[in-house]
Amino acid sequence: MATAPTSEVITPATGTPAPPGRSALRTHLPRVVLYIILALFCIYYLLPLYVMVVNSLKPLSEITSGGMMSLPSDWTIEPWGSAWSTAQVGVEATGLRPYFLNSLMMVVPAVAITTILGALNGYVLTKWSFRGSTLIFGLLLFGCFIPFQMVLIPMARMLGLMGLAGSVSGLIFVHLVYGIGFSTLYFRNYYAAFPTELVRAAQIDGAGFFTIFRRILLPSSGPIAVVCIIWLFTNIWNDFLFGASFSDFDSQPMTVALNNLVQSSTGVKEYNVHFAGAIMAALPTLLVYIVAGRYFVRGLMAGSVKG
Amino acid sequence: MGFLDIKNATKSYGAVKVLYETDISVEEGEFLVLVGPSGCGKSTLLNMIAGLEDVTSGDIAIKGRSMIGVKPAERNIAMVFQSYALYPNMTVRGNISFGMEMHGIAKPERERKIDEVAELLQIQPLLDRKPGQLSGGQRQRVAMGRALTRDPDVFLFDEPLSNLDAKLRVDMRTEIKKLHQKLGTTIVYVTHDQIEALTLSTRIAVMYGGYVQQLGTPKEVYDNPANMFVAGFMGSPSMNLFPARVTNHDGTIAAEVRLSDGTQARLPFVSGTMAAHEGREIVLGIRPEAITDRDGADRNSSAIHIVEAPVELTEPAGSDTFVATNMGGKDITARFRADVQVKAGDRFPFAINMEKAVAFDPKTEARIA
Amino acid sequence: MSHADTPRRSRSVDWLRDALPKLVLSPSIVLVAIFVYGFIAFTVYLSFTDSRILPSFGWVGWQNYTNLFRIRAWDTAVTNLAIFGVLYISICCLLGLLLAILLDQKIRAEGFIRTVYLYPMALSFIVTGIAWKWFLDPGIGLEAVVQGWGWESFRFDWIKDSDMAIYTIVIAAVWQTSGFVMAMFLAGLRGIDGEMLKAAQIDGASTFALYRRIVIPQLRPAFMSAFVVLAHMAIKSYDLVIALTNGGPGTATEVPATFMYSYTFTRNQMGIGASSAVIMLMTIAAIIVPYLWSELREKK
Repeated sequence: MATAPTSEVITPATGTPAPPGRSALRTHLPRVVLYIILALFCIYYLLPLYVMVVNSLKPLSEITSGGMMSLPSDWTIEPWGSAWSTAQVGVEATGLRPYFLNSLMMVVPAVAITTILGALNGYVLTKWSFRGSTLIFGLLLFGCFIPFQMVLIPMARMLGLMGLAGSVSGLIFVHLVYGIGFSTLYFRNYYAAFPTELVRAAQIDGAGFFTIFRRILLPSSGPIAVVCIIWLFTNIWNDFLFGASFSDFDSQPMTVALNNLVQSSTGVKEYNVHFAGAIMAALPTLLVYIVAGRYFVRGLMAGSVKG
Repeated sequence: MGFLDIKNATKSYGAVKVLYETDISVEEGEFLVLVGPSGCGKSTLLNMIAGLEDVTSGDIAIKGRSMIGVKPAERNIAMVFQSYALYPNMTVRGNISFGMEMHGIAKPERERKIDEVAELLQIQPLLDRKPGQLSGGQRQRVAMGRALTRDPDVFLFDEPLSNLDAKLRVDMRTEIKKLHQKLGTTIVYVTHDQIEALTLSTRIAVMYGGYVQQLGTPKEVYDNPANMFVAGFMGSPSMNLFPARVTNHDGTIAAEVRLSDGTQARLPFVSGTMAAHEGREIVLGIRPEAITDRDGADRNSSAIHIVEAPVELTEPAGSDTFVATNMGGKDITARFRADVQVKAGDRFPFAINMEKAVAFDPKTEARIA
Repeated sequence: MSHADTPRRSRSVDWLRDALPKLVLSPSIVLVAIFVYGFIAFTVYLSFTDSRILPSFGWVGWQNYTNLFRIRAWDTAVTNLAIFGVLYISICCLLGLLLAILLDQKIRAEGFIRTVYLYPMALSFIVTGIAWKWFLDPGIGLEAVVQGWGWESFRFDWIKDSDMAIYTIVIAAVWQTSGFVMAMFLAGLRGIDGEMLKAAQIDGASTFALYRRIVIPQLRPAFMSAFVVLAHMAIKSYDLVIALTNGGPGTATEVPATFMYSYTFTRNQMGIGASSAVIMLMTIAAIIVPYLWSELREKK
């Protein structure tokens, strides 16, 4: 239900009725085995999530005594409270809350600006293309595939020069710069399939560059905007490298704070708190995936298979 | 100077020339059809008139005013597109109103215009629907309605019927023609369908390979094609073109044609000008309807010649029967009355109307008589 | 009168109108020109300098590169990347293909199963790393649990074992990405012409032959895309290693991405860090550039 790209296609498996005389077991056996295999894989994929959830709801002692796989015998939401507001993250015992808010403040503007720029770029590259526009697109796109280690050193200095070092604004800027390629890719491919005759008709009707964009293309851009926003949101929310490189203690995003929480070598390892924190960090993107899975998958595919 | 003047206009993409020097002068109220196979330059020329593509050299003028550098919206033209190009997010009303809105026309005036056009095209019940909810024919009407609100100097149609099914296409063709007669606007219409060209136009420009091959009234183009391309392209089934030799027997200038059984048939020319070509190889062009059974021949023609030839194939088509034979090594289609008793293998008398015959130079493909 | 030769953009309004699309595009072009290509150039330049804690501009030629290849940790990082890359890409492809084919058998609840297989892709590598880190931890995770069930001699301590730790990264990475590869292959399978499959069945092809001879060869584009995406993720993988093993035990799971980071920012060997980044870029470019080239050329 969450993900359901239409699948009205003939598949090689045909449910040919069994010839008479064969036992029911023999006919059904392959399908039973098939379902068992599929179910085993479901367990494989769900197991880590199960581990995270159940262990975030039990006292630490139940985990350290070898009960990681069992359901809590003593249910508690205390690890969640601790992870959210009191756990020691780095030097201060603030919990993950401030960092969760940092991530939110970072992801919303970065996604919004990058999406708008991508839409405009895609519009220009398809409906007002000029000599060399494919090359420019290729260069934009290559920018999202480079190993970002290539830009860490100069970016650190540049953010300093721009007065954005160690701030959430700096992170917004970084994500914006390296997100443009993908958002342009989405809108370019989408607008390429948008009938050019509509643009021409609007030109004859007297509409200008921005009017055509706003009145003709934008109203039809809902699906691709959703795909683009989900992709950017997931990527930026889940980013670790930029967050670790360009943030201060008070501007760290969720992923970095979570890692600090888990890696901190002082004191007892509170596995239950770690799991609760991990779920918190995963929740926004998981929620997006469950609510808008279809678009999420389309975004993933478009990010890899151009066209 | 005409109403719409295309003066020596050309179009190139880099080194590729897609339209060679073209001169067409269209009078007010004319219905000009640009017809030709795909890639002939007809749509390019239309887009140049619309201002959607630049003119590489030459000029296009409407009412004596050069359109070079004038935006499409300021040319006072309207255009109906092949895909109709209806804005999917707006209602029919919004689609028709959009252009007027862009031109700053006040709302009451827009409403009045929409009602007027909707009534003319009988689309009042559709006004609040979205294009996605309309059938092909309805979309077609809306697209025309949108164009009509502009009171344009020139109406441009880009293959407007090619997305419709066969029956609807015929209906809409009639409707466009009625509309033209009623409104008397100047129309430039692009199509690859030669029947549309013949039925709709007051003049036709037949295009091929970036050149206008012939410009003339439907009758001129049909009866007196300028060259073998036009002869073959216009008309269905297309004109029979087959090699012949010009001979002179006791002062009678005739085309000598070899039949499939090795015998020669002699077809005397009506026009005297063929004497100049005595002894030469030519390509003779005769339309299927000018090759008939004896009783089906045109009674007003004084130049019916009977040729006995072997029948190779018959294709009954309801109102007519098409009969295939061979002349000069080419397959020939003749148009017989439906009830003629004829079957493949027969030797049968074909009545050829030489008043309708044309001759071409086999090298230049141009018409010589 | 002919306007053929008169310049058309005499009025400034016209100029603006014609230039508007390019003006709209220009901020992105400028940003990418500076922050991608300018920075690449800068880092390439740094890799030829004696930069240590801060950029410095003393030219040292190829010295950073020769030093780089003498460093044991870099050697480990490259070896690890090779092991990780080969296993990660091939297991993901095989598993993805298998799951796609299994799911393509008119499965009831296909939508649900697909959702389950794919959800790890929505998670951060940090989250994945933490989940697997504790699950594989011999003290509390799988080993302890199985021992607690009574199998006392059970051992699964790869994550603490210098020789085996890199394989735990493969396990976690495959868990995260294989569902995505499945989705790519599934889309490829669904794109195959149904009539052709009918024809093959009429020709008497068994299900096995149908897949081996007809279906899988047609998935070549999906394989290509999967390979490019996975290879590029493998080379860039940083977060997962940090969260799962933090490069350890010792430097056993160091990969080029973590190597670059630690040499640049904690060991103050910026010149060497830059040269390692350049090598990563070259490797990725060798995969991505031909791919982008072919994808964008087809589109013209």
